[in-house]
Formats: sequence, structure tokens, C-alpha cells
Amino acid sequence: MTHPPYLYPDYRSTVLRAPARELVMPKLGPDSVELAAPVFGHQELGRLDDDLTRRHAGEPLGERIIVTGRVLDSSRRPVRGALVEVWQANAAGRYAHLGDQHPAPLDPNFTGAGRCLTDDDGRYRFVTIKPGAYPWRNHPNAWRPAHIHFSVFGTAFTQRLVTQMYFPGDPLFAYDPIYQSIPDERDRERLVSRFDMETTRPEWALGYQWDIVLGDTPMEV
Amino acid sequence: MITPSQTVGPFFGYALPYAGGPEVVPAWRPDAIGVRGRVLDGAGDPVPDALVEIWQADGNGEVPRRPGALARAGHGFSGFGRCGTDAGGGFWFSTVKPGAIGGGAPYIAVLVFARGLLKPVATRLYFPEDEAAHDGDPVLAEVPAERRATLVAEREDERAYRFDVRLQGDRETVFLGF
Repeated sequence: MTHPPYLYPDYRSTVLRAPARELVMPKLGPDSVELAAPVFGHQELGRLDDDLTRRHAGEPLGERIIVTGRVLDSSRRPVRGALVEVWQANAAGRYAHLGDQHPAPLDPNFTGAGRCLTDDDGRYRFVTIKPGAYPWRNHPNAWRPAHIHFSVFGTAFTQRLVTQMYFPGDPLFAYDPIYQSIPDERDRERLVSRFDMETTRPEWALGYQWDIVLGDTPMEV
Repeated sequence: MITPSQTVGPFFGYALPYAGGPEVVPAWRPDAIGVRGRVLDGAGDPVPDALVEIWQADGNGEVPRRPGALARAGHGFSGFGRCGTDAGGGFWFSTVKPGAIGGGAPYIAVLVFARGLLKPVATRLYFPEDEAAHDGDPVLAEVPAERRATLVAEREDERAYRFDVRLQGDRETVFLGF
């Protein structure tokens, strides 16, 4: 089982939100709408949508990074034209969201949302800043490891994936029930990006590589 | 090899919902229908931080292959809609009723993401006026008869439907794995 279960009590919010009944597993006919996916076009995106550091008058604080990788299907073929959306906390670990009460500063030069379409090689690329870790109230002294949220569309609606990308060597992995909800350690590690000197731009930004492999569905048990 | 799912978390509200997301077609179109509902948890309380996505065929039962869901042009049909829930767990869409595909009954595919959902739940919205076609629908046929009602919207008026998603509890919505 690659994906986490619905119910993982260490992550408290699952307790009242996890479906309790077994999923119904229908055989989908070949013309089922779930076997196709919405199409998105370049004309629908803004020119700077993939650069989270250039949305405001000034530069955001923090460590500038490039995050790139490929969206692949389970046969490792590139998924072209896939819509990839990201959102994240700022360098201090604060989201530009009214519900975030963490007493860390907002950055007037950073909102932390972006999107792009993959190219013919299935590649996405964002310029952003490295997000900070932040506390949450799941349990005493709970902290989320630094992460970037990703939302990806494949070629079938059943492949729709929302996940989180982490950074290598984070000491918080062992304490984070969201990360630990993935049963197999090797699967967890698929969410950890790789520092990459080739992607790193001299005198400008560190580079991280992270590939996303879409399954047939994250809903299967 | 597959990338595991993680929760959408509570803070997607400034990133994923977008202007026009719920308006698959403008509400003024004569063939527009309204769909509204609430996402509820196992205690029956509203889920104010859920994201609901719909994906559907057009009025003729054709699966759309056109862009235009992110930047609505007011014409054409992309088939995709997205709405974040409000403080009361409510969501809404303006769309058209899909035509039937193949031998089944007309339906809209629905995905729900939320804080506390480590992976999305998938379901389908069927229409109450198509009851005669429900028995022959290959997906509904696999749903135990006593739970089928959770997949059928209620009709509120000529062009408006209500569809609640219950994540857990006595009337838990039937969720599909593919």
C-alpha cells in the first residue's frame, strides 16, 4: 500500500473525517469520465505563475531555491501538459492564510502559491524560497517538517494527486504523523526531494529535484 | 514507485480555489443547473476546510477535451469545477447536466480533499429524475441498494440540486476506489 490509510489516529483530524465503510470498487467502463482528465492550456496561466519570488514589489526573505522534476506515469512515461499547483509557508514558517495563527512574521513580498504546466519531457520547474518548519496543535510540541504542497492532474481523474514535498535530512520526519502515516519507509522517502548541484545556479539559488509518479489512483485501498 | 498522497491541509484556501472555479458554465446560461451541498464529518459537523472538485461530460455525453477551466471564457465547456467549502461546509457549482455516457445514467464525478483526509475521497453525483436508468448503471449496480441514495442528489427546483457529502457516520456517502 503506497498511500496512507484514511484513518491514522496519530493525525487527529482523521478520526472524524476518515470514511469508515469500505470503498466500493467498480469496474469502470472505458468511456467513464474518471478515465479522462481536464485539459489546461498555457493561455490560462500567468507569465510569472511559476516564480513565487517575483509576485510582489520586493524580493521575499529566505533561501532562494529552484524546485524541479518530472511528472511520470507508473510506466515512467512523461505526463505532458500536466497542471502542477504548489503552495507553501514563507521562510519563517507562516502561511499567507487568515487561519494561520503561528506567531511568526508574514512576508509582504511572499504569498507562496504557484502553478505551471509540465513540458514535453513531463518537467515542471518553480523558483521559490525554502519554507520554514512550523508548529501545529495536533499534539504537544508538534511541528511540521518544512514542505511544499503539490497538486497534480494526470491524464485520468483517477490519478489526481495532492501531496507534499519534503527536504532531505529533516530531523522532524520521525515526529510528524502526516509523514509517518505512509506505511512503508521507502514510500515515505519518495516524498523527499534531492539536493542537486546541477540544478543549483551559481551565485543565485540552490536546486532540488523531485519526480512525481502518478498511479492509477490514490483512492485504491 | 508511486508518489504517496498527503493531506491538502488547512491552508490551501489562498492557493487552490480561484475566481470562476465553481462556474463550469455561467449561471445565466439557459441550460445551467445549480448544485450545492455541504461536506460533513462523522459528528455531522460541517467541514469548513474541504476542497470539492467536479469533472463531467457535456450535455451531449461527450467528455470535454478543451482547456478553459482556469480562465473561464463564458463559452465552451471544460467540464471541470473547483470550490473550497465555506464556514458552514458549503460548496456550490453552476454547470450543465451531463448527457449519459455509454449505457449508464448521467453522473458527475466528485472528488473531495480536506484537512484530515490523507487521500481524497471519490464519489459520483447522480440525478433523481433518472431513477429508471439507475438500475442499469454499471457503477450503481455495484453499490449495495440500501446505500445508493447517498449518490443521488435531491432536486430543489427545476434547475437546482442538493448533494451532501458525509465523510463518516450513519449515512456515510458511498466512496469509490478505482
